[in-house]
Amino acid sequence: MTTGPVLVLIDHSDDGTVRPAVRELLALAARFGPAHGVWVDASGPSPEALAELGAFGSATVHTVVPAESHHLTPVIAAALAAVVRAAAPRAVLLTSSFEHKEVAAVLGALTGAGVVVDVAALDEVDGTLVATKQVFAATWTTRCAIRTPFAVVAVKPNAAEAVRSDAGPATLLAHAADPAGAARGVELVERSERSPSGRPDLSSAQVVVVGGRGTEGDFSLLDELADVLGGAVGATRVATDEGWIDHEAQIGQTGVTVSPRLYIGAGVSGAVHHRGGMQSAGTIVAVNTDPEAPIFEIADLGIVGDLRTVLPAATAELRRLLG
Amino acid sequence: MRIVVCVKHVPDLMAERRLVDGHVDREQGDGTLNELDENAVEAALVLAAELDAEVVVLTAGPDDAVDAVRRGLQMGADRGVHVLDPGLAGSDVFATARVLAAAVRTIAEQGPVDLVLTGMASLDGLTSMLPAALATELGLPQLSLASELTVVDGIVQVRRDLDHATEVLRSPLPALVSVTDQSNEPRYPAFAGIMAARKKPVDVMTLDDLGVDPASVGADGSRTEVIDATERPPRENRLLITDEGDAGARLAAYLVDHKLV
Ligand SMILES: Cc1cc2nc3c(=O)[nH]c(=O)nc-3n(C[C@H](O)[C@H](O)[C@H](O)COP(=O)(O)OP(=O)(O)OC[C@H]3O[C@@H](n4cnc5c(N)ncnc54)[C@H](O)[C@@H]3O)c2cc1C
Ligand SMILES: Nc1ncnc2c1ncn2[C@@H]1O[C@H](COP(=O)(O)O)[C@@H](O)[C@H]1O
Repeated sequence: MTTGPVLVLIDHSDDGTVRPAVRELLALAARFGPAHGVWVDASGPSPEALAELGAFGSATVHTVVPAESHHLTPVIAAALAAVVRAAAPRAVLLTSSFEHKEVAAVLGALTGAGVVVDVAALDEVDGTLVATKQVFAATWTTRCAIRTPFAVVAVKPNAAEAVRSDAGPATLLAHAADPAGAARGVELVERSERSPSGRPDLSSAQVVVVGGRGTEGDFSLLDELADVLGGAVGATRVATDEGWIDHEAQIGQTGVTVSPRLYIGAGVSGAVHHRGGMQSAGTIVAVNTDPEAPIFEIADLGIVGDLRTVLPAATAELRRLLG
Repeated sequence: MRIVVCVKHVPDLMAERRLVDGHVDREQGDGTLNELDENAVEAALVLAAELDAEVVVLTAGPDDAVDAVRRGLQMGADRGVHVLDPGLAGSDVFATARVLAAAVRTIAEQGPVDLVLTGMASLDGLTSMLPAALATELGLPQLSLASELTVVDGIVQVRRDLDHATEVLRSPLPALVSVTDQSNEPRYPAFAGIMAARKKPVDVMTLDDLGVDPASVGADGSRTEVIDATERPPRENRLLITDEGDAGARLAAYLVDHKLV
């Protein structure tokens, strides 16, 4: 039986705002031990961030100010490894973004930890952590036992529900910066962070409205439907390659993976690469003029029709019904 | 100059993919070169033409994994290395990284390796962890998820698009770079390339050749274990309707009835 705290890498934007997924990670961590945040950057958390982290279950936040750019994933991993040595945790939880999966891989290589990424649920069976994840474009579910005493787990959105309490701000515990060298010679030349869109974050949204080539570049009908449903807007690679919408809206095997309660695809054929990023959605609705479109093979509600008439009609009706 | 490209043989994306005893079933018909590794081979070939480098395609995997190496040779790589050993079965990402690192070091005995290239993810596991684990194992600078890649005067520079940001990273060679599907358009092997590939050498190496302790890899050397795998049941009560002017309203009603709004 392993003991010790469960560390959560605090994912935050460059201006120090804690990303919403962290709240879920803290709630998940608390099931297996005391949840401790880990904050890696040049300036440390603001008082607001500490209040938020305290309220969402992290009584302690470990800080490390690395000698090299804190955006480089091996630097983050080395900082985490330093906290791991000091705090002897039973696990480290991170978000399952591309960057943090990389941090997980380096941390695993540095510490000998068993690592599982893209995890949808985490449980404890006879003292062993068992991670549930979906593979093969979400057509299979696997459960993976982590055999090492210390585990590293990258968790997808919605794996746990955030829990807010009236606990006070988190207490800081500073750790010495490790000497330079973790970056192994890599230099960050440029970084520009995108500003948030005002819509829910695609990867964690409960409703996602997705457009493909069939939109012919006009996403306004999708935007309107997404607004009524409070959803995020996503796209196929064709739509992002055409420049109709930003690259980060791409859903699929080489883009974002989504698991919303509701996925609505319009003018999307349902290519295998796209399915890989959306097939675990709760309910799938598809609007396509081609009755043979492969997306209809996985749609709970398939509508053979033109998105240019079906979407506005649905939006108008929803506005009426929802008042 | 020498470039090593890591490629993986995976079950065909279009075929039915299964898990047996927690491992990818490789008995189900044809596998292919992991599509995303074609981008890595392409990137290597473009750089090799610019810098006059040798391109070595490297894989670790069972017998038919050599098909992935062959595909790389058909695209234009110079030679292949196939790590083939019964002890590999069941290796996790860290065991695989240990084996590939040993292979890269062995290749380097014949002359320095300046660049290790990989794909962004393997389309069977999709973990994207191997490049970072391999770079750590080799102690190389890692520049991952490159959508653009240049090498000038021994300095490699990449641009990468992340979930929340775009970055430009740079490091001196030798380095490890993983490339995305946005980085290039992989060439299709020409007939001449397919013929030429038949004569290109593929060295087979065992764990013993690489000096890797079999106990440190394979299922025994792995830190995680798949304890069960189940196929998702097909979706039930699916409905397909044709728009007769009322589909928008029916869509709205469906969402309300199913409490999705
Ligand atoms: C290595 C690799 C990785 C890839 N990764 C991804 C990925 O991550 N994500 C991704 O999405 N793709 C990815 N792709 C591309 C993928 O294979 C498909 O090409 C792409 O998903 C198709 O996009 P689409 O559905 O918009 O276009 P199409 O396949 O062209 O489909 C357009 C659909 O719109 C319908 N349509 C046309 N007009 C209308 C209308 N007025 N109303 C309603 N329907 C209409 C058509 O009937 C058609 O079914 C990848 C490809 C490769 C090779
Ligand atoms: N067994 C292997 N042999 C050679 N290269 C591999 C192997 N497994 C993974 N790779 C490389 O690592 C990349 C990322 O794979 P993964 O981390 O499994 O998603 C792939 O695109 C390949 O370039």
